[in-house]
Amino acid sequence: MTILGMTGDEAIAYAVKQSKVDIVAAYPITPQTIMVERFSKYVADGEVHTGYVCVESEHSAMSACVGASLTGARVFTATASQGLALMHEILYIASGMRCPIVMGVANRALSAPLNIHGDHSDMMGSRDSGWVQIYAENAQEAYDWTIMAFKIAEDKDVQLPVAVNLDGFIISHCMEGVDVLEDHAVEKFLQTRKPLFTTDPEKPITLGAMCLTDYYFEFKKQQVEAMQNVLGVLDRVCKKYKSTVGRNYGILETFGMEDAQAAIICLGSTAGTASEVARKLRAQGKKVGVVKLWLYRPFPTEEVSAALKHVKALAVFDKAISFGAPYGALCSDVVSTLHTLKESPKTFNVIYGLGGRDIQSSEIELVFNEALETAKTGVVKEKTMFLGVRE
Amino acid sequence: MSSDKKPGWKSLPIGGVVLEPGSSRKYKTGDWRAFRPLVDKEKCVNCLLCWIYCPDSSIVRKEKCVEVNYDYCKGCGICAHECPKDAIKMVEEEK
Repeated sequence: MTILGMTGDEAIAYAVKQSKVDIVAAYPITPQTIMVERFSKYVADGEVHTGYVCVESEHSAMSACVGASLTGARVFTATASQGLALMHEILYIASGMRCPIVMGVANRALSAPLNIHGDHSDMMGSRDSGWVQIYAENAQEAYDWTIMAFKIAEDKDVQLPVAVNLDGFIISHCMEGVDVLEDHAVEKFLQTRKPLFTTDPEKPITLGAMCLTDYYFEFKKQQVEAMQNVLGVLDRVCKKYKSTVGRNYGILETFGMEDAQAAIICLGSTAGTASEVARKLRAQGKKVGVVKLWLYRPFPTEEVSAALKHVKALAVFDKAISFGAPYGALCSDVVSTLHTLKESPKTFNVIYGLGGRDIQSSEIELVFNEALETAKTGVVKEKTMFLGVRE
Repeated sequence: MSSDKKPGWKSLPIGGVVLEPGSSRKYKTGDWRAFRPLVDKEKCVNCLLCWIYCPDSSIVRKEKCVEVNYDYCKGCGICAHECPKDAIKMVEEEK
């Protein structure tokens, strides 16, 4: 066992190095910069044989990644916030052309006002772009998921790009002990990408042809199917990873859910704090639990239903706003998933942490108590709670 | 063309990939045409300016006079415009 002190960004760069990536095309942006900065050092020091394409913008970075991926190469890039927004157009092209690119996203707030700190506004704004979305709780998870992401993306039944999300600064810049695999173990786990199509002058094919009313719809349906295939493939990949590494991953992780009356569902680093608060409250006899979604797209409806069907009250944590929508993105997905249950939990939305606003364990405790009260009365007092905002 | 003759999502190669090289030949763009170029064989001096300018390579070279490949000619009229002998007329297509 080798434990290295690394930040979340460094852990991803290390995973990418071990994944023997053929091409990296990226543009620096806080708080992602360290991922590509560290990787460029690996390139400069000759530790990897990766082609490193320096580009002038994230739009070009993703465009170069699409081109490289279509040749059959294994491709990585990373971005955050405004960078992801600038990539937006090409995100759809990457998924539509079925490029199994892996991208590290150090989640950060979107301008304006200008802010460099962590929230989920960036990736939530791209949630319909056809990318698989995974959220890591800490640097260890960011490392493990990056390796698994290549395996999931490149599966013949998936062939879709995957974004590995980690909370800006909280995970991207926080130093942790990361248990890393040996290089050969990663190589054995991943093997070389086996592309369905390659660009070979001897066997010419056409990529990116225009496709109008008579064919476009069919290709979108293929993407829907591929997204659904992710659920089974991810499960298989996690099992294989467990047999290699011993660490247990899956679609979601739960804490205290076996008998919880009130629960929190959230993404990323907040799950760690929420679980710690739940541990404390459970010691006081309060039946609370936490569901952490590792996989956000495709949204695992069956697994979320199974995890939450017994709770009486539920608080859904969204670290992004969907302006004018009934709820934040995660809450909308959860509510539309649970409404088919005979008795769906009384649910309220908690918008929190925008622009990197810290979330305190005392605030999470407040939410748990509110959820317990909701479980008792059966009445949701406030449909959407803006946690920690000043009036 | 009715859509039931076309393959569905289950059998199409993913991502809009076209596996057959040169298959755009099968896509006959002639039915986009609103005006049809007609070549006056008497006036044509076979200078081939139309052949040079045609953006769709739809002018066919023959020994004495050019012809038009109506399978692909979109009726843009460049040939008629460039012809120094007024040998090409654009005539409205009759449906």
